[in-house]
Amino acid sequence: MIRNNKIRILLAKAGLDGHDRGVKVIARALRDEGMEVIYTGLRQTVNTIVISAVQEDVDVVAVSILSGAHMTLLPQIWKGLKKYGRQDILLTGGGIIPPQDQARLKKMGIGRMFGPGDSIYHIVRYIRDSVSK
Amino acid sequence: MKKQIQKILYTPQDTRYLNYSTDLANPGEFPFTRGIYPTMYSGKPWTFREFSGFGLAHDTNQRFRFLLESGQTGLSVAFDLPTLMGYDSDHPKSSGEVGLGGVAIDSLEDMEELFRGIPLAKVSTSMTINAPAAIIFAMYLACAKKQKSKIRDLNGTLQNDILKEYIAQKEWIFPPKPSLRLIVDTVRFATRHVPKWNTISISGYHIREAGSTAVQELAFTLANGFTYVEEVLKTSLSIDQFAPRLSFFFNAHQNFFEEVAKFRAAKRIWAKKMRYTYKAKDPKSWRLRFHVQTAGCSLRAQQPENNIVRTAYEALSAVLGGTQSLHTNGYDEPLCLPTDESAQIALRTQQILAHELGITEAVDPLGGSYYIEHLTNQMEKQAEDYFKKIRSMGGVLKGIEENFFQHEIANASYVYQKEVEEKKRIIVGVNEYLTEKELWNVPIFKIDPKRENEQKTRLKHLKRKRNNSKVLKTLAQLRRKAETRENLMPYILESVEAYATLGEIVESLKEVFGEYQEPASAL
Repeated sequence: MIRNNKIRILLAKAGLDGHDRGVKVIARALRDEGMEVIYTGLRQTVNTIVISAVQEDVDVVAVSILSGAHMTLLPQIWKGLKKYGRQDILLTGGGIIPPQDQARLKKMGIGRMFGPGDSIYHIVRYIRDSVSK
Repeated sequence: MKKQIQKILYTPQDTRYLNYSTDLANPGEFPFTRGIYPTMYSGKPWTFREFSGFGLAHDTNQRFRFLLESGQTGLSVAFDLPTLMGYDSDHPKSSGEVGLGGVAIDSLEDMEELFRGIPLAKVSTSMTINAPAAIIFAMYLACAKKQKSKIRDLNGTLQNDILKEYIAQKEWIFPPKPSLRLIVDTVRFATRHVPKWNTISISGYHIREAGSTAVQELAFTLANGFTYVEEVLKTSLSIDQFAPRLSFFFNAHQNFFEEVAKFRAAKRIWAKKMRYTYKAKDPKSWRLRFHVQTAGCSLRAQQPENNIVRTAYEALSAVLGGTQSLHTNGYDEPLCLPTDESAQIALRTQQILAHELGITEAVDPLGGSYYIEHLTNQMEKQAEDYFKKIRSMGGVLKGIEENFFQHEIANASYVYQKEVEEKKRIIVGVNEYLTEKELWNVPIFKIDPKRENEQKTRLKHLKRKRNNSKVLKTLAQLRRKAETRENLMPYILESVEAYATLGEIVESLKEVFGEYQEPASAL
């Protein structure tokens, strides 16, 4: 496969919530920034997200969760990526994630979680800094 | 580029076409722009209705009893996401979500536990449930019957508004047509058997939260309302039989005067449409009764205490717009579910408004302001433009199929975010007035993750002890009836009373109705 040097990112909605305002804004903004964005649509299972990430050979998986199930779903996705030997992929995301949970996710090796009020500028910079290509 | 000059002064010139008796009128008089009742808050303030629900039925029952003992007469139930989506707690998709954002209800057994010791004939219960609303309503009725309450006496509200789910909140199960049929079935059933029940709470709240503008919230919500009216009118019911039991639910966002104008315009538009287009004769059908919640999406995780101030101003706009009831958000909600402390501050915010500011002393104190009346007219006009557009498209269902609403909202939310990024819109503590170091001293409310397994065990026991052949029989009957045009409520009630679970009933109906697939959409 011929790859250009664009950052490839899988945007995923995990869990049962239907709040897609944030993920849609981010998708558009990251495209405007010249990244290749794949959006999964609502209510994807952990398995689908992991397999899509591996198959699409992305650099980043960004998960949007506003349901409160992040401490169940994010570690499962991280474990799934490990199974495929792909923990080189940056796992990040956003939603309603309490700071204590963010710290616990960070300890597991999962990337930063963004929340209400965080700017697109910071998200873009974080992704660019974390994925050097 | 042409620079638009912002108008900053409003004078009698801006309201010169306004006719007091036909456009405003006294409160309590058609078209109700100034309020749907003559005295509004002077006798008694609006209802403080705070929404709650978490964990298992038993946990929420404890909270309800505490609220009732503290003098509250109305309950408002939040359900967890699996319940909202029609999945039982043991479904693989429910993993990690049981009892999290609300209470988990799998069967009549849970509903009985939820209201144990609470006489349903004596309280009013608001239930925020949409795609499986008919089933949850049936569970509530069955629960009341078991308590020996007469269902004729029951008082409450079912959100039951599926159109805004396709447009904004996206918690759907079935495709639009069978979903509308279920709504019409509940309206017909309640009109006959539960006459004091508010059958649909037509909601703009979620449309606004998804990123719409104020005008879009107003226009799309009322357009959904007209759609429900037209669907029910296709049955044997006449407008004045069911319209008085329709109610509304709006968002109170930050642009203060625009919000006040939005509420006032909503009342006027609805009254005129009900009277002149749908030929309602009963003034109760003309009155737009509404509930308001302050804007969750306006709250920020940065310097979260500032959210108390935001919520208070938003609440003020709802009261000056004439709301019947109000929910104020907890300041910690961009971070977690509200703690007891933040929920109490939210309630206190309403109490301060009602008792300390003197705003209940005159009805519609902003009425007659050149600016407010101008904005109200403008809101009405812009909403009318949307109605025309929607009609020419072939109606709300067509608009959903063609992604019209979804695109309008996504565009508006993108524009909003860009304005924040570019500092054309200042958000205190977010893009201006930042503090050196964020102080994370907000306490966090947590649900015990063990609750999920407890609920799964409960469900397992239920499935063992109930009469399973009766369950299967009622579900088979329900499937058969779903293929006819008969009202499904009595059959759903039978299944529920046999202790069929929410998930089992939903799966049975899916076999006939299918599942909704969001139209493939460009982002």
